[in-house]
Amino acid sequence: MQLPRHWRLNKQRYALEGEICTHCQAKIFPPRDICPDCGEAANTPLAFSGRGQVYSFTKVNQPPASHEEQAPYTVALIKLDEGPTVTAQLTDLDEDQQSVEIGIPVEMVTRKLYSDGDLGLLIYGYKFRPLIEHA
Amino acid sequence: MITKSNPDDILIAGIGITPVGEHWSKQLRSLALEAISAARRDAGELVPEAIYVANSLAPVLSSQTQLGALIADFAGLRGVEAYTIQAAEASGGAAVRQAYLALQSRQIDVALVVGVEKISERPSAELEDALVMSGDADYEAIHGVTTAAQAALVMQRYMHEFDLPEDAFAGFCVNAHANGANNPLAMFQRAIDEKKYAKAPMLCPPVNMFDAAPIADGAAALLLTRAGVFPQTPAHAQVRIAASSQATSTLALHDRPDLLSLSAASDSANKAYRLADIQAKDIEVFELHDRFSIFAALSLEACGFAERGEGWKLAQDGSIRPEGSIPICTFGGSKARGDSSGATGVYQIAELCLQLQGRAGGNQIPNVRTGMAQCLGGTGATAATHILQRVDDS
Repeated sequence: MQLPRHWRLNKQRYALEGEICTHCQAKIFPPRDICPDCGEAANTPLAFSGRGQVYSFTKVNQPPASHEEQAPYTVALIKLDEGPTVTAQLTDLDEDQQSVEIGIPVEMVTRKLYSDGDLGLLIYGYKFRPLIEHA
Repeated sequence: MITKSNPDDILIAGIGITPVGEHWSKQLRSLALEAISAARRDAGELVPEAIYVANSLAPVLSSQTQLGALIADFAGLRGVEAYTIQAAEASGGAAVRQAYLALQSRQIDVALVVGVEKISERPSAELEDALVMSGDADYEAIHGVTTAAQAALVMQRYMHEFDLPEDAFAGFCVNAHANGANNPLAMFQRAIDEKKYAKAPMLCPPVNMFDAAPIADGAAALLLTRAGVFPQTPAHAQVRIAASSQATSTLALHDRPDLLSLSAASDSANKAYRLADIQAKDIEVFELHDRFSIFAALSLEACGFAERGEGWKLAQDGSIRPEGSIPICTFGGSKARGDSSGATGVYQIAELCLQLQGRAGGNQIPNVRTGMAQCLGGTGATAATHILQRVDDS
């Protein structure tokens, strides 16, 4: 069980908290403290909107032991509206997963990522679902 | 291009290759010893003064660290300076580079590199847990991504952007298996055709079973020395390391400014071309990273053999075959010889050396003098590149 490892990333997992570079305004997720664009220090927190588009995707049929209970599942690269790309699972899909295509709009939701270790620590975090048009 | 010898040249003095496969009865140390013994027999009298062990997964799969001391002791070299070099699937090339640097520094006269991996220790789901550690643990593996899924994310986007047919990558697999058929040490020694590729079940769409290399146990070893301290009359043509380089890119796929470009591969290849004072067109054989076929295509593009989005065409038109303009995976590559993770880079360099020495048997490309080997860690976060040349007055 890796308690501190997961606890320290709560803000990223639950709220997509990244950073903004105050020098060149680059928006950064995951946080990395040195701006990849200009090389200056970047540690001003920024909460991302959680909206984005599917940049690429695939279906995992043979999962690692850590994620066996969820298989099969779809993982994707999501290009966030603010710029960065993240790796995450897609969720709330049609049974045949036919609705997934490159370019579809998605939004972040909080779901169980997996259970860690014999003591059953449940790790929650971001997944993405096809965007639901809100009234 | 005629290459004269120089006393400062770093030479490959001996090669030891073991078959890749599921060696249930062998320990990691005994597999390493097999390769080391073969390399030492091949090299004659040379006694290694330092050992560089290339390994990626032993701490996880074999619950074993400190492979340097373990293997030095077990190989009858107790007391010798020894380390593990770990850079995922680029460990092999990275270890050769460390040996090269040590020899160049003149603190060491004879270096032993041994790549060894024991894959068959755990059930496949646990192996997946271990393999994906080469990516970003907190931002990739946590989401259940596998190495096949990472390759699929790249391949899906590549096929989308360049509007490719489903069988675009078949040629990589067909070439690898055709070459594996002539390699008595290959895991798969049977040729396959495009039809068989098309019928392969999907692993992670669009990556099918034939786009993915089998991962299994293996060990390969090299003895390296400087030409000036190599007293014997060599039994084989001498081969020197004309260039050695390494570069890195983002660990996570999602952090790449361009998902479809292997920047570490191109950076390290370009550095190697400069060091060897040659160009891509001078490379006559290329042992590249083909753990997944998409990476073979992207490696060809990164190293200057194809334009962006066109690496797959070299497989389709036969350019990568032994008789083509840029033969790759001439002993079967990871796809047919089998992939031994951290050991793979050592296999590549050993096989390339056999090509340049004219010892490649049924896989021999006639009269090759200059070749390149490149291994990638994970999705290309690390790239280690070596250019080898036959020394013509040997």
